[in-house]
Amino acid sequence: MSQLTGIAASNGIAIAKAYRLETPDLSFETKKDQNPEEEIKRLESAIETSKSELEKIKAHTQEKMGDEHAEIFSAHLLVLSDPELIQPIEDKIKSDQINAEAALDETANMFITMFENMDNEYMRERAADIRDVTKRVMAHLLERPFPNPALINEEVVVVAQDLTPSDTAQLNKQFVQGFTTDVGGRTSHSAIMARSLEIPAVVGAKSVTQDIKDGDIIIIDGLDGKVLINPSDDERKTYEQKQAQFEEQKAEWAKLKDEPSVTADQKHVELVANIGTPDDVDGVLRNGGEGVGLYRTEFLYMGKSSLPTEDEQYDAYKEVLEGVGSDKPVVVRTLDIGGDKELDYLDLPKELNPFLGFRAIRFCLERDDIFRTQLRALLRASVHGNLKIMFPMVATISEFKQAKAILLEEKENLKQEGIEVSENIEVGIMVEIPSTAVIAKQFAKEVDFFSIGTNDLIQYTMAADRMNEKVSYLYQPYHPAILNLVNNVIEAAHAEGKWAGMCGEMAGDPVAIPILLGLGLDEFSMSATSILPARSQLLKLSKDEIASHKDEILSKSTAEEVVEFVKEITES
Amino acid sequence: MVEKTFKITASEGVHARPATLLVQNAGKFNADINMVYNDKTVNLKSIMGIMSLGIPSGAEVKITAEGNDEEEALNALADVMKNENLGE
Repeated sequence: MSQLTGIAASNGIAIAKAYRLETPDLSFETKKDQNPEEEIKRLESAIETSKSELEKIKAHTQEKMGDEHAEIFSAHLLVLSDPELIQPIEDKIKSDQINAEAALDETANMFITMFENMDNEYMRERAADIRDVTKRVMAHLLERPFPNPALINEEVVVVAQDLTPSDTAQLNKQFVQGFTTDVGGRTSHSAIMARSLEIPAVVGAKSVTQDIKDGDIIIIDGLDGKVLINPSDDERKTYEQKQAQFEEQKAEWAKLKDEPSVTADQKHVELVANIGTPDDVDGVLRNGGEGVGLYRTEFLYMGKSSLPTEDEQYDAYKEVLEGVGSDKPVVVRTLDIGGDKELDYLDLPKELNPFLGFRAIRFCLERDDIFRTQLRALLRASVHGNLKIMFPMVATISEFKQAKAILLEEKENLKQEGIEVSENIEVGIMVEIPSTAVIAKQFAKEVDFFSIGTNDLIQYTMAADRMNEKVSYLYQPYHPAILNLVNNVIEAAHAEGKWAGMCGEMAGDPVAIPILLGLGLDEFSMSATSILPARSQLLKLSKDEIASHKDEILSKSTAEEVVEFVKEITES
Repeated sequence: MVEKTFKITASEGVHARPATLLVQNAGKFNADINMVYNDKTVNLKSIMGIMSLGIPSGAEVKITAEGNDEEEALNALADVMKNENLGE
């Protein structure tokens, strides 16, 4: 047995067989003097197997994520039925008497090169489709089948270098008990998805793909960030107990589902959830969320070949607003694209420093056609619930004013068209940029609310790329600099009778919760699965008691001192 | 042989979804079906063929069909063009 340590990304314990999710080695030898009939038969059978796999993946995607996401697989299936692709491969097998692998590779590469050289980004993307599809056929020819997470049909733990959003979307919760990856952190996409799927995960464990073989028995401890490979009977027993305890704990938490979020001294705060798609609303309700504090709308724009239409967006927003319930708040963040989130079809130039570049509101103010479509969809949906709109990455008052003016213009346009729009939409900003946190007082006169986005605020304040493991020690949520900025935002909001929330990972962190409570944060938005543990924690905390130590907390010199001090005052 | 000319009105030209539908529908018929754009002729039963044309908005394209079911084929494809707001 051996043990690896990584980052606890999603709570719980999983014990199951390993399933390695990786692209197999697709190297092959070119063989001459082959029997063409045999080779064509092998090719046809590999294509048929690939097609039936794609049909299954497509059906699964349709069911889990909707028609829109499944369309890509229709295109892949057509490529495999394309006479213009298949015929040349067969011709080559006949004329050169080479093996099917070599003929497939040569022909596919010809098409890939052709598409890659087109002067249209969209067509260049099609080269990737052809590459994907031929890889699958090649894998079958070589009898080194491609892993298909959607087709897993026994209890497993997925082991991968990293998981892409589409990989994660294909995971079937019924069979996938948990996952572990070589790379990633608590805020990486795979980690966020694990929490939204509510399966245990340990990410950034560095060598899982090196150390784990298919079929090894794996324990994933998503509570303490440990991965055990082929554990002894005793260890297995220990973890089964830990798993049972966690289940018991969860059952305790579940009792708080319909209870209010109050502290020991009867102060109410709002515990709401971060979501990415309408499908996540179920999880919010199951975990007793009091609303949605951050609806990331990027997913509507990602994994597609073109921009989502106004109607498509309206449907999604309406579904979320109605699903959450008309009395509960839903804070929608307008498009935050750029940075690490790219949209292929927009063909944006590559940047040296994308996190400091043309993204979010900066992009939306320039491409106001895209922005207006989203705002119209939001405004139309506003009558179906309690909608609040926030703009991401606002650095100056003027950016906020411009964005709000566009919003009001579209509202007026809709009313002119005779379309009903809610008159009670609060408009706020996400506070991620240190300069905005510093002059929060000035912003508070303009906005209806603040929501502090800590993932970015921390990386900008500490000047440390959160994806760079070398500087990850600087990602310090409890650093006094961060806490002073957070405090500044909260005080500024309260001085103007506005509210301040937080929608970064920090808001659901049990170490941060007492601090934030003491600083007076009104709304905590977190992964849905963190809500009940947070509610249970709040019951034991006295807001006034912690608040009385506020100045002392803010004057500490290091993150360690803060944590130690808060521990003392909350445990005494 | 029958043929019909269309003007592409969709703002993004012939993109993935309509291209997929055109090819899927063309595949249902026996007739040889081609699309002509800019003097280039491709097999309309080939997704790569049609995508390789890179047809932009405003383009004029011609669909030709030849075979025992050429009339039905052309009508079906004209329907796809119309239903997908691709062109007329």
